[in-house]
Amino acid sequence: MSTAIEQLAPEQTISTSRPAAVIERSSLWQQSIKKLRRNRTAMLGFIFIIVMFAACFIAPLFSPYASGKVNLAVMNQAPSAAHWLGTDHLGRDVLTRLLQAGRISLTVGLVSMILSVVIGTVLGAIASYYRGIVDQIIMRIADLLMTIPNLPLLFIIGAILSEWKVPTEYRLYIVMLMLSVVGWPGLARLVRGELLSLRERDFMQAAEALGLNDRRKLFTHLLPNIFPLLIVVATLSIGGAIISESTLSYFGLGVMPPTPTWGNMIDAANTLIDFEKRPWLWIPPGLAIFATVIAINLFGDGLRDALDPKQERR
Amino acid sequence: MTPSTQQQLIIVDRLKKYFPVKTGLLQRTSGHVKAVDDVSLVINRGDTFGLVGESGSGKSTLGRTLLRLNDKTDGTVQYQGQDLHDLSKSEMRKLRPKLQFIFQDPYSSLNPRIRIGDAIGEALIQHGLCSQEEVDERVAEVLALCGMSSYHMDRYPHEFSGGQRQRIGIARAIILNPDFVVADEPLSALDVSIQAQIINLFRKLQEQRSLTYLFISHDLSVVQHLCNRIGVMYLGSLVELGPRDECFSKPLHPYTQALLSAVPIPNPRVKRERIVLHGDPPSPVNPPTGCKFHTRCPLAQSKCREETPLLRHHGSGHYAACHLI
Ligand SMILES: Nc1ncnc2c1ncn2[C@@H]1O[C@H](COP(=O)(O)OP(=O)(O)OP(=O)(O)O)[C@@H](O)[C@H]1O
Ligand code: SF4
Ligand SMILES: [Mg+2]
Repeated sequence: MSTAIEQLAPEQTISTSRPAAVIERSSLWQQSIKKLRRNRTAMLGFIFIIVMFAACFIAPLFSPYASGKVNLAVMNQAPSAAHWLGTDHLGRDVLTRLLQAGRISLTVGLVSMILSVVIGTVLGAIASYYRGIVDQIIMRIADLLMTIPNLPLLFIIGAILSEWKVPTEYRLYIVMLMLSVVGWPGLARLVRGELLSLRERDFMQAAEALGLNDRRKLFTHLLPNIFPLLIVVATLSIGGAIISESTLSYFGLGVMPPTPTWGNMIDAANTLIDFEKRPWLWIPPGLAIFATVIAINLFGDGLRDALDPKQERR
Repeated sequence: MTPSTQQQLIIVDRLKKYFPVKTGLLQRTSGHVKAVDDVSLVINRGDTFGLVGESGSGKSTLGRTLLRLNDKTDGTVQYQGQDLHDLSKSEMRKLRPKLQFIFQDPYSSLNPRIRIGDAIGEALIQHGLCSQEEVDERVAEVLALCGMSSYHMDRYPHEFSGGQRQRIGIARAIILNPDFVVADEPLSALDVSIQAQIINLFRKLQEQRSLTYLFISHDLSVVQHLCNRIGVMYLGSLVELGPRDECFSKPLHPYTQALLSAVPIPNPRVKRERIVLHGDPPSPVNPPTGCKFHTRCPLAQSKCREETPLLRHHGSGHYAACHLI
């Protein structure tokens, strides 16, 4: 009986020297990054996002018009060498304002995404861990928020805030909060569902059978398995937040002038004369939103492909 | 050895595991899958207890509930006199290395994001059975024992075949030096030569470390080869239980007889009547009344529909649940 094992031994003795190709084995994360780097469209999106961020956060520092001073002498000018994208009705440089607006819009997108992800993950994790009544309460609130379509909900909150005459400086922060209020339920539901299904997977039963403690189960088995999904969803939700903010601001319910955002810049298209005669006022912010959201989505899709461990066999 | 001198390692008493069946919009519980329904058995130290039965008869559920990977619905499971389902969470956790489980599905039982070296070694470190420096060596040892190589340690599960994964699952269980192992069809994804290798490994471990197995399998010839005691399950209940030779040479229960008649006999001169069972096993949600087997039993009588036969002793440790014996 035992001879069969011994016969195996010479072939399978413990080799201390590993094959050369094996020494350089990379982790799953490194493999994913490599895969992502090979994805052209995703990288294009990524580069665009980086350039956009750099332009919005750095370029205005070097603009001669950064102060945004009103200069009625040069109001409503078409693009020229001095003002590449023309000027608005107060004589401010549109390009500078566009970049400053981008700073706000991108920040709103990023911060509200982070808030939604943190709230959604924590609540989703709590719901899936405790189940029962806690789960019921959290998920019913989430369902309630999700049954109302986002935009009407945001409009209602925005309108109430306008009634309350919240000072314009604070509106920025309030918009971020509003966006995370509509953003977290979807994430909480996703995280909860994912954690519940992971818990039923045999490898979590195996973790139980091995007697691993809760900390190890959570940090080495559960979280690493929802992280890829979370990263993808978070990335994609930045785009959604930017669009929602722009929509709100466009309707005058979001961030108010003089704080510029892409949304309230497009507001110019609301007046017929600006719409017809001064396209430099509203086309650039429109394009900026469009291109940024597309870039984020391309990058997010690339992430999704790169992070799926099941596809890494090939 | 007589039964009384053997040490009873695992005592299962009237164990039940029901899964609620939820239906409709409100997910109301409309019934229960009686996956394990009133099972009692004893596994002695050093036994290789073979559990056989059709797909869906509750073998895996019995194995899992036995090791408290599921909650039980009713009954008790004792390991060396301790009721496993009564222990606190942390007491149970400390006991885990002694009680291991080899999972049926080699794909879902390995975490896709953990290298297999870590997967095999993590419990050793967690239970303080080995230092961080030694762990690679121990993992390499056990991998070699299971017919794999040490450089496999750095790989992720998706880089392995089903058979290799199954051996990783075996390595992960035996590295803890357990007392009792539930092996849920551990050979199903392996080809024949590796099956033989793993069977030998199981035997060798048993001799060296006086391991005890609950070996779940579809394959009666493997069970006959490896196990010394056998239990036959039908729709969540044990219908026959006894020493291997007894069960194989004179099966008592009609269901066991039918199962065995389907196994090819090495000796062509011995003719065995093939008993063909008609129909599918009934749903475990609404099992037949009386003897659960009566819908398919060739010998069924009116009494079988009304009275549930008890698992009775028929001499030399051989039990069966049938009115006709
Ligand atoms: N988690 C679960 N929830 C609900 N029902 C379950 C669950 N696990 C098992 N069952 C049901 O319990 C019954 C027994 O399943 P089990 O997996 O124990 O059978 P098995 O004998 O191991 O079958 P196989 O040979 O196919 O592995 C089946 O009817 C199955 O559908
Ligand atoms: S009790 Fe009746 S139905 Fe059940 S196995 Fe025996 S003869 Fe068949
Ligand atoms: Mg099974």
